[in-house]
Amino acid sequence: MTSLSMFITILKCDMLLAYRNRHDLINPLVFFIIVMVLFPLALGTDSALLQNINVGVIWVTALLASTLSLDSIFRSDFEDGTVEQYTLANQSLILIVLAKITSHWLSFGLPLIIIACSIAAFLSINIHVISTLFITLLIGTPILSLIGSVAVALTIGLRGGMLLSLLILPLYMPVLIFSMLAVNHASENLSVEAELYFLTGILVLALTLAPLATAASLRIRLS
Amino acid sequence: MGFALICFISGLIGGLVLAPADYQQGDSFRIIYIHVPAAWMSLFIYTFMAINAAILLIWRVKISEIIIRSSAILGASFTFLALATGSIWGKPMWGTWWVWDARLTSELILLFLYLGFIALQSAFEDRRIAAKTGAVLVLVGVVNIPIIKYSVEWWSTLHQPASISKLDAPSIHIDMLIPLLLMAIACKAYFFSVMLIRCRREILAYESNTAWVKETLIRNGDHT
Repeated sequence: MTSLSMFITILKCDMLLAYRNRHDLINPLVFFIIVMVLFPLALGTDSALLQNINVGVIWVTALLASTLSLDSIFRSDFEDGTVEQYTLANQSLILIVLAKITSHWLSFGLPLIIIACSIAAFLSINIHVISTLFITLLIGTPILSLIGSVAVALTIGLRGGMLLSLLILPLYMPVLIFSMLAVNHASENLSVEAELYFLTGILVLALTLAPLATAASLRIRLS
Repeated sequence: MGFALICFISGLIGGLVLAPADYQQGDSFRIIYIHVPAAWMSLFIYTFMAINAAILLIWRVKISEIIIRSSAILGASFTFLALATGSIWGKPMWGTWWVWDARLTSELILLFLYLGFIALQSAFEDRRIAAKTGAVLVLVGVVNIPIIKYSVEWWSTLHQPASISKLDAPSIHIDMLIPLLLMAIACKAYFFSVMLIRCRREILAYESNTAWVKETLIRNGDHT
């Protein structure tokens, strides 16, 4: 089996699994919507205030939803011993990990982007800001999946998702900072190129190093 | 430890008594003698841990895992100290305890990285696996170090740019510089002595079932 066909097989298998367990897929997204609803309830319906914080709320909620959904990325594979088979396979573990991360992004990140942007449209955010939000989410959510996979591999088999959030959220902060800078600049009609370049740089860095770190930590956890 | 104490006392006297007051900030600039060395140490300890993490993962040197474990809590303390003194300093100078400035935020992230590492360490039963997973975490977090270091140059923010690291022409008077360097040396010496003490404890606890530990304990009495 070539590396590429291995990658595609695992990706297909994971996407099929995700499709069959639709409720697991939907839970983080429902969580995302519920938290979005909590903010107007807590802060009142003062539309000027909500207008200012809406995009930030969307991003923070996306981060929280992603920590919740990441929990499942390796869990069932770890429990039934598939991860051990992966490490024994005659293929690069890094590639297998990358396939898992891709399938996580396709089943979580992509729906999240669509939901987030449609919510943003309902909240009557300016179309220029929505398009920037869309681009930052498009670049940002793969970074979340990549960085998250490292932390998940480190804490796999341990009780409690609290530790996972504790490890992940500090690492998410740069993504949040640059995305919000871009969105704020967009709302003031300034150029957002610099921030988007920075985000893309982080994405490239994460894409190169995160699967490596995830594979290494999986091996450590199994040793 | 003794060396650290000597540098500490001479640095404090030099800084608090002998150095002239700043023309702009008056006497309150003197908190620099704690703030800057603590901030340096927070970066230095993290880099030190990262180097040891790499050594541990590449060459599997056992002493490195003990060094990482012993350094983390000290690093977290220095980071906290830098943040606390910074905010005490910020109150009279900037008029606020805290601003969401690039350097302050990245230093805060550093504190969370340390805390995450410590939390991860206590989550495992097996020390060796704990140390190795911790090492991966430390290496991932190393991205933050250049961000903190250059944050004052990349973003023009409230925190003032570095005034000491320009070695050829430091923009700080020599009477102020010498106590500052003494304090920095004191903090380094303090870190290494405490870290080594913690390492010794850790090794003794780790190897508590071996014959040499028992012999050492008997020879030294049982004051450990």
